[in-house]
Amino acid sequence: MKERVQLDLADLPLHGQGQASPTWWGTAAFMLIEGSAFAVAIAMYLYLLGIAPSWPLAAAPPDVGPGAIVTLILLVSLVPNWLVGRWARQEALRKVQIGTVVMCFFGIAPLIVRAYEFKALNVWWDANAYGSVLWLLLGLHSTHLVTDLADTIVLAAVLFTRHAHNRRRLGDVEDNVMYWNFVVLTWLPIYGCIYWIPRL
Amino acid sequence: MANRTLPLTLPIALLCSGCTGWQSVLDPHAIQASRLEQLIWLFVAVCGVVWVTVTVVLVMALLRRKTPYSHTDTRMTRIVRAAVIATVVIITGLAIVSFYATRGLSSSDATALEIRVRGYQWWWEVTYLDARADQVFITANEIHVPVGRTVSLQLAAADVIHSFWVPNLTGKQDLIPGRDNTLSFTPREIGVYRGQCAEFCGLQHAHMALLVVVESAGAFEHWRQGQLAPAATPRGGEQETGKHLFESKACASCHNIQGGTASGTVGPDLTHVASRRYIASGLLETNRGSIAAWVADPQTLKPGNNMPRVALDASELNALSAYLAALQ
Amino acid sequence: MSDSRQPGVSDAQLERPELESHLAATWRTPGGLWGVLSTVDHKIIGRRYIVTAFVFLALGGVLALLMRLQLAGSERRVLSADWYNQVFTMHGANMMFLFAVPVMEAMAIYLVPLMVGTRNIAFPRLNAFSYWLYLAGGIMLWTAFALNMAPDVGWFAYVPLSGPQFGAGKRADIWAQMITFTEIAALAVAIEIVVTVLKQRAPGMTLQRIPLFVWSMLVTAFLVILAMPTIMIASTCLILDRLVGTHFFNPSEGGDVLLWQHLFWFFGHPEVYIIFLPAVGMVSSLVATFAGRPVFGYLAMVLALISTGVLAFGLWVHHMFVVGLPRVGESFFTISSMSIAIPAGVQIFCWLATLWDGRLRFRVPLLFVIAFIITFVMGGLTGVMVASVPLDTQVHDTYFVVAHFHYVLIGGAVFPLIGAIYYWFPKMSGRLMSERIGRWVVGLLFVGFNLTFFPMHVLGLLGMPRRIYTYSPEMHWDALNLFSSVSATILAAGFLLFFIDVIRSLRRGPQAPENPWGASTLEWATTSPPPGYNFPRVPVVGSAQPLWDEPESLAVACGLRVDRRELLITSVVSAQPQAREASPRNSIWPFFAALASTLMLIASIFTPWAMVWGSVPVLITLIGWFWPKGDPEDEG
Repeated sequence: MKERVQLDLADLPLHGQGQASPTWWGTAAFMLIEGSAFAVAIAMYLYLLGIAPSWPLAAAPPDVGPGAIVTLILLVSLVPNWLVGRWARQEALRKVQIGTVVMCFFGIAPLIVRAYEFKALNVWWDANAYGSVLWLLLGLHSTHLVTDLADTIVLAAVLFTRHAHNRRRLGDVEDNVMYWNFVVLTWLPIYGCIYWIPRL
Repeated sequence: MANRTLPLTLPIALLCSGCTGWQSVLDPHAIQASRLEQLIWLFVAVCGVVWVTVTVVLVMALLRRKTPYSHTDTRMTRIVRAAVIATVVIITGLAIVSFYATRGLSSSDATALEIRVRGYQWWWEVTYLDARADQVFITANEIHVPVGRTVSLQLAAADVIHSFWVPNLTGKQDLIPGRDNTLSFTPREIGVYRGQCAEFCGLQHAHMALLVVVESAGAFEHWRQGQLAPAATPRGGEQETGKHLFESKACASCHNIQGGTASGTVGPDLTHVASRRYIASGLLETNRGSIAAWVADPQTLKPGNNMPRVALDASELNALSAYLAALQ
Repeated sequence: MSDSRQPGVSDAQLERPELESHLAATWRTPGGLWGVLSTVDHKIIGRRYIVTAFVFLALGGVLALLMRLQLAGSERRVLSADWYNQVFTMHGANMMFLFAVPVMEAMAIYLVPLMVGTRNIAFPRLNAFSYWLYLAGGIMLWTAFALNMAPDVGWFAYVPLSGPQFGAGKRADIWAQMITFTEIAALAVAIEIVVTVLKQRAPGMTLQRIPLFVWSMLVTAFLVILAMPTIMIASTCLILDRLVGTHFFNPSEGGDVLLWQHLFWFFGHPEVYIIFLPAVGMVSSLVATFAGRPVFGYLAMVLALISTGVLAFGLWVHHMFVVGLPRVGESFFTISSMSIAIPAGVQIFCWLATLWDGRLRFRVPLLFVIAFIITFVMGGLTGVMVASVPLDTQVHDTYFVVAHFHYVLIGGAVFPLIGAIYYWFPKMSGRLMSERIGRWVVGLLFVGFNLTFFPMHVLGLLGMPRRIYTYSPEMHWDALNLFSSVSATILAAGFLLFFIDVIRSLRRGPQAPENPWGASTLEWATTSPPPGYNFPRVPVVGSAQPLWDEPESLAVACGLRVDRRELLITSVVSAQPQAREASPRNSIWPFFAALASTLMLIASIFTPWAMVWGSVPVLITLIGWFWPKGDPEDEG
């Protein structure tokens, strides 16, 4: 077909920031998928609660200690997370490098405590449906933490290479920051289900 | 069947010259099934008219001479809007009719005959309930009820999900492990009606039939007394041998025969097995020959069912079948 | 850190022949095995997906013929009970998970980037990955069937039959893991479609100028994103119950049998709209082209698509009308199930209005639209019937329902699909299919389908339940079943003829020009088949029918580089240019990642620890995938 030029795109940036970047949208879509999965798991929890004669089923409620510590670590981690995002937008590479390494530790810490948290549930996954759904919720979120940690470690490694000098990388950092917010946020209703609903 | 002359239903009527038949939705013999049948024809009529209308409009659209496309669609907009409104009205109407039909289906009748049906892979355990413990009895695969009296079924499942469906009498209801469901119907005519499990339940789902025998109050009472009685005493040496074999071989570990020592509860109760029209859940008509065939090799007749093959020689088989065939 | 104007060759500086040769080199897929394994070209992957899906259709059709052979008469011995149960489970699972959803997504993978005027789909490597994963899942399922290990619990795998106590062996686990494969693949494609449609549209393609097919795929993609996680969780919980002793569905330990059904159908009902909405979008494309006018009521059509998508989530209990839920609650679902007929009706009326006022050309695709309307409306109306709770208590789980869903699936999805293949085949292959053979295909499919499936309405009313491997002669179902089985050969002949036409046309069909049908959307503004880069310059649109409103020449934008893979990112609502984004080059990593994932998923059927050690190779391949390459595409 014949063409006639109507628009010149030469002045556009080579990589969009924030919502002008496909990976932002990809991350958002992934959050929607994961969020749906969590919503389903929580709905299962409430459904099983609804048909149970008593709740928790044949078990003591989970010990609050480890869960509270994990929640604390995650909430505290939002601060360095936010800082990393800000530094990425300011294109302060050095700070972003350090911040991302710090976020790696904030990713490892809850996983260590999480191991104790499983035991503190006071019920095994194969004891009854209550145990099963508790382990499902905690297991889903733990998978989240693990995959995001792997992500963050790899990203941190890349940030120390020559590929770091690139707005695209900083866009990746911002997406990672956004996703970590999501990981922390989705923990809160799960935390409520596991620890506080049995005590109501 | 006076309403069947709507022209839309003619092709259907032609196709199902077996419209009257057992296990047919279109041959109701209970109050509930009648209401449902009327509902179905109403829906068929309304939906049929809609389908014909759409098809006619389509054909007209395809065949008409076209004026050039004018880019102004205001008249068409009004027509489409009207069609949408008509759709809403029709759907609302059908939903309301459906809602009232639902209400008509459920009945809580204090004088109902209470029966518990428990679904097993691949047979039906039937327990006639009564406040007086000595009036409770268990049978299998065949339900007798007096005409005109509401029957209330309590549905339970022993293993997987099954579904109780006797279309001549009412709609179906599932039997679900861990759940108590109920179903009721009020039979209007005397007759024998077939039902079949309507939820896929494994290998022999296809062979899980049951019969509902609707009879006069007198006949029902006669039957009930017969079922309450212990098993018929064996007459003659062959039947005696048969009883002895039954109680000493594997049979007794699964089956119960009241009045003897066989008291297994894994398989159907056989106290009055010969009084039932079919054995193996609708598979074979009951007679001595089919009983022998079944006992000889249940796995060939109904592969995968839970009755194992028990090794028996010819004379043992004869004795057993003689005994069982006499358990009226 | 550098930004906007980079050195590099811009398309503004080049004449057309030089431009095209630069672009061809940049967007090239090499030949040979390496090219096959590493391509990220949405057209190659889309075609591959379509072909694979049709192979599964053929396989599933053979299963259907086996079933009809078995049921042609009472007490036949073609298939034993065990084989029959595997066959009908495979037929359903294969058609739903390996054919219907993938083929619709595949059409979108091919067409959506072209229709919105971009060079490649978003996340092209994810696209490649999703195909390999889909293929792996399909191979796993069919291998299991060949080994007499196929699932035999129905495509819906109700517990407790599929649970640890009654589902012996690994059959149900294979089913559950096949779900995982296909759902991950489908979710990946859904993300790509959403991002492509929202962020990669041609400048000027505002929301009101998006083709209806693209709208239908956008809505479908959201349905996939919101519905499929449910079945992922459900199938995971089933495997957990079977493998590690959880009790989600065990009523004696606080679990619930109905929980499975709620989870499955909460996904299962949107699933059928995931299949149906793309077909609806195809119908809109076909009607517009062969009526020579835009579809009547664009806004109404878009709203109908969106409301269908929303309503689709509110219907699921209509699959559970006889499980003993409170009747009042069930009645709500009667209302919601019936009301989805309203947006469907809106669409039918709009198409009828379009046909009424259009200048019709009765080519094969339009014939399929006609077949669609007649058949789908009937299926939709029996849907209104089964939406009624009391009515459903009689026909649920009978052949009446089998008739209903085949009318809406074959009438409502397969007829438009075949018509769409006739329509877009020239674009995809550069050759036209045969009008003459195509008419035979429509005729055989339409007649064969109706003769096969209409009698099933009657059989259901005569008491024939579903999923039975045989029936007794005293039921008097023989005649209708025989009629249905014989008619199935007509239907099969139609499909066979279709496949023959495809193969013949690929070899000897007449060459297709850019726009053989005189259509209005952007995919027809480039060669048939399109080059790797789709368009020499990114199109700019000023209306919803760009090729009709400006037939002389295509408005385009310049300024994209030709020495790296570049495409345009635009804003969500009004498609204003925002950035020149790089599109990834060919990569072998998606293939390796899919291999690693396949290993992990299949091993985890047998031991839960596979999820742990299996994730290591997956991690390694993902690092390979995402590690920056330092190529021009990485410049920011």
